[in-house]
Amino acid sequence: MLGQTPYQPKTWIGRWLEKRLPVISLVVDQFVSFPTPKTLNYWWTFGMVLSVMLIIQLITGIVLAMHYTPHASMAFDSIEHIMRDVQYGWLIRYMHANGASFFFLALFIHMFRCLYYGSYKAPREVLWWFGVLILLTMMTTGFTGYVLPWGQMSYWAATVITNLFSAIPEYGDEIVIWLLGGYSVDNPTLVRFYSLHYLLPMIIAALVAIHVWALHVVGSNNPTGIEPKSLDETVPFTPYATMKDIFVVAVFLLLFAWFLFFQPNYLGHPDNYIPADPLKTPPHIVPEWYFLPFYAILRAVPDKLGGVVAMFASILVLFLLPWLDWSRVRSGTFRPLFRLFFWILVADCILLGWLGAKPAEGIYVEIAQFATIYYFAHFLLVLPLLGLFDRPKRLPESITAAVATLDEKKAAAAEQAALERVMRAQDAEDRAKAGDTATAEETAKADDAAKPEPAAEAPAAGEPPGAEPAAATEDASDVQREKAAGERGSAAGAPDKKD
Amino acid sequence: MSIDTIVDSTRRDVLYLSTAVLGAAGIGLAAWPFIAQMNPDDSALALASIEVDISALEEGQSITVKWRGKPVFIRLRTAAEIAEAQSVDTADLMDPLARNPNVAADAEATDGNRSAAGNEALLVLIGICTHLGCVPIGEAGDYGGWFCPCHGSHYDTSGRIRKGPAPENLYIPPFSVVSETTIKIG
Ligand code: HEM
Ligand code: FES
Repeated sequence: MLGQTPYQPKTWIGRWLEKRLPVISLVVDQFVSFPTPKTLNYWWTFGMVLSVMLIIQLITGIVLAMHYTPHASMAFDSIEHIMRDVQYGWLIRYMHANGASFFFLALFIHMFRCLYYGSYKAPREVLWWFGVLILLTMMTTGFTGYVLPWGQMSYWAATVITNLFSAIPEYGDEIVIWLLGGYSVDNPTLVRFYSLHYLLPMIIAALVAIHVWALHVVGSNNPTGIEPKSLDETVPFTPYATMKDIFVVAVFLLLFAWFLFFQPNYLGHPDNYIPADPLKTPPHIVPEWYFLPFYAILRAVPDKLGGVVAMFASILVLFLLPWLDWSRVRSGTFRPLFRLFFWILVADCILLGWLGAKPAEGIYVEIAQFATIYYFAHFLLVLPLLGLFDRPKRLPESITAAVATLDEKKAAAAEQAALERVMRAQDAEDRAKAGDTATAEETAKADDAAKPEPAAEAPAAGEPPGAEPAAATEDASDVQREKAAGERGSAAGAPDKKD
Repeated sequence: MSIDTIVDSTRRDVLYLSTAVLGAAGIGLAAWPFIAQMNPDDSALALASIEVDISALEEGQSITVKWRGKPVFIRLRTAAEIAEAQSVDTADLMDPLARNPNVAADAEATDGNRSAAGNEALLVLIGICTHLGCVPIGEAGDYGGWFCPCHGSHYDTSGRIRKGPAPENLYIPPFSVVSETTIKIG
C-alpha cells in the first residue's frame, strides 16, 4: 500500500540473514512500521483477539491430545480422567471448551464490524472471502471437537449433523454412510472426527496467514471508509495499533477468565456429562450457542432438503455480499438508513439464536420462519435496494478532513467552554469589586475579558494550519466567535464543498 | 530458425493431451483408496444379520435391539393400535410408500404392507427418525405411535410419518420370521 521506507538491517549479522531469508524486514515492515489508518477505533482490535484465541486453542488442544483416548469405549472416561486425575487437566480442558465459545464471540464481533463499516467492499473482497472460509472451517472444527467427549450431546449432535447430508437427493444415504464409516455414528466416526479436529486448526492457521496477507496488500479499512491518501493519514502499526490491541486482548481475557473460573459449564450442556447412548436421544438436543442461529434456520423450513439448503445458504450468501451491497459509500457512518437496517439484522440474528434454543413447536416455529425470511431479505433485498434509496451523508474529502472536522468541533467546544469560564470568573470578580451592578454592563465586561483567551486556547486544541483567517476576528463577540470557529472548520476541511 | 519451424505443433498437442489425460486418470485412481477407506470396514459389514428371541414379548410391549449400530424396535401391538393403523386412508399419508424391503419397492403404506407377514400384531422398525436420525420415543405423539423429540415428528401406530419435518415413514429392516419365537434381522 502506501510507500513506507523498507527496513534495512543495521548489524552485519542482520544483513547476512536478510540476504538469505528476509524475515527481519518482513516482521518490521508488516508488523512494526506497517501503516494503519490513524482513525481506527476499538472495533479494529478483534483481529488480534482472534489471533490470540487461535493460539490458545492450539496450545490447549495439543496438550489435551496427550491425555485423550479416541475410542468409543474409552473417550468419555479419558475426558473424566483429564478432569479428575491429570495435573491441571480441568483447567486446560475448560480453557479449550470455553475458548471455543470466546473464539466465536470474537469472530462474530469481528464480522459485524465488517458489515457495519463495509469492510467487504472493493478492494477487500478476497480478504472477506478468506474470512468467510475461516468461519466455515471454524464451524467444522467446533463441531468435530464437540463430538470428542462422546457424551449424549456429542453423539446426537454428530448424528443430526451428519444426517443433514441425507437430504441430498439420490446419493444422500450413501454419503452419510461414507461420512460415518458405518450405518450409525460409532467408533470409526469418532476416530475420523478426531483426526479432522487435529487437522482443521492447522488449516485455519494457514487461512489466517492468507487473510492477513490479503489485509496487508490492501490495508485496513477504517471507520470513515475512506482510504488513506498519504503516509501522514496513517500511524505505524507498532505501537499505535499494538497497544490498543493488547489492551482489548487483556479485557477480553479477563471476561474469559471469569467464565473459566466461575462458570466453566455455563456455556455447555449438562447432558454431555452422560455417556453416549445410541439407543436413546435426549429429549432436548441443542447445539452449542454459536450454532443456534443456523440451527433455527434449519428448523424453520418445514422441508428436510429445504432446511439444509437454507442453513448452508445463510453462510454462502456472505460470499456475494460485496456485490449485493453495491453502494459506493463504504462506511455505515455515512449511511443513516443502512445503519438502521444493520441494527435490525443484529437483532434478527440474536432472535434466531434465541429461537434455536427453543423447542420447535407452536409460535416459535412461526417466529423462526419470519426471522429466517428477514435474514435472507436483508442480504438479497434490503442491501441492493439501499444502494438505490439510501441518501448517504456527504463524505469528507479525506481522512485528514474527517479528523479535522472532528478536531474543529472539539476546538470550538473547548473555546466555548473557556469563554464561559472566563465570563464566570469575571462575573464573580465584578460582583466582589462593585457589588450589584446593572446586568448589561456585566455582560459587556465579560466580553472584554474573553478576548485574549480563545487565541491562547485554540492552537492547543490542535488547530490545523489552514485555520489562520479565524485569528483575525479580534473583537468578536460570543456569536461572532462561534461563527469564526465554523469558518475555520471549512478552511481546514473541504473548503469548496462545505456550506 | 524459429522454434515453430522445427516443432510439429500437432504432434505436440497429442503429446500434451494424452499426458494430461493419463495424469488425471492416475490421480483419480490414486485417490480412490483414500476415498474408499472411509466406507464401513469389513467388520462392520460382517455384522449384517442378527437373530432375536421374541418369546418373552407380550401384547403391548416393545423391545429395542441393536442392528448395524442402529436401534430396531420390535413391538407386539395391541388390538386397538392395529385397528387404528388399519383404519387410516392411505391417501391421507405424507409418505405413500411402505418402506419395507420385504415387500415390493412400490408397495403402498397400508398397515398390512408394514406389519410382519402372517403376524399383523408384530411390527419391526428401524428406530431412526427419517428426518435427521434421532431415536423417536414410543407410545407418544399425536398419533399414539412414536414421537421424535428432536424436531417434533409424529409417527402413527404403524410407524408412518403423519406430522413434522420427517419426510418418510420409519424404515423397516429386512427381516424374516424364523420360528414362533425368533426373528432374523438383516
Ligand atoms: C480465526 C479467525 C480470524 C482471524 C485470526 C482474523 C484476523 C484478522 C486480523 C489480525 C485482521 C486485522 C485487524 C482487524 O481489522 O481486526 C483482520 C481483518 C479482517 N478480517 Fe479477519 N480474522 C479472522 C476471521 C475473519 C472472518 C471470519 C471474517 C469475515 C467473514 C474476517 C474478515 C476480515 C476483514 C474483511 C478484515 C479487514 C477489515 C478491515 O481492515 O477493515 N476475518 N482479520
Ligand atoms: S430427527 Fe426426528 S424430527 Fe428431526
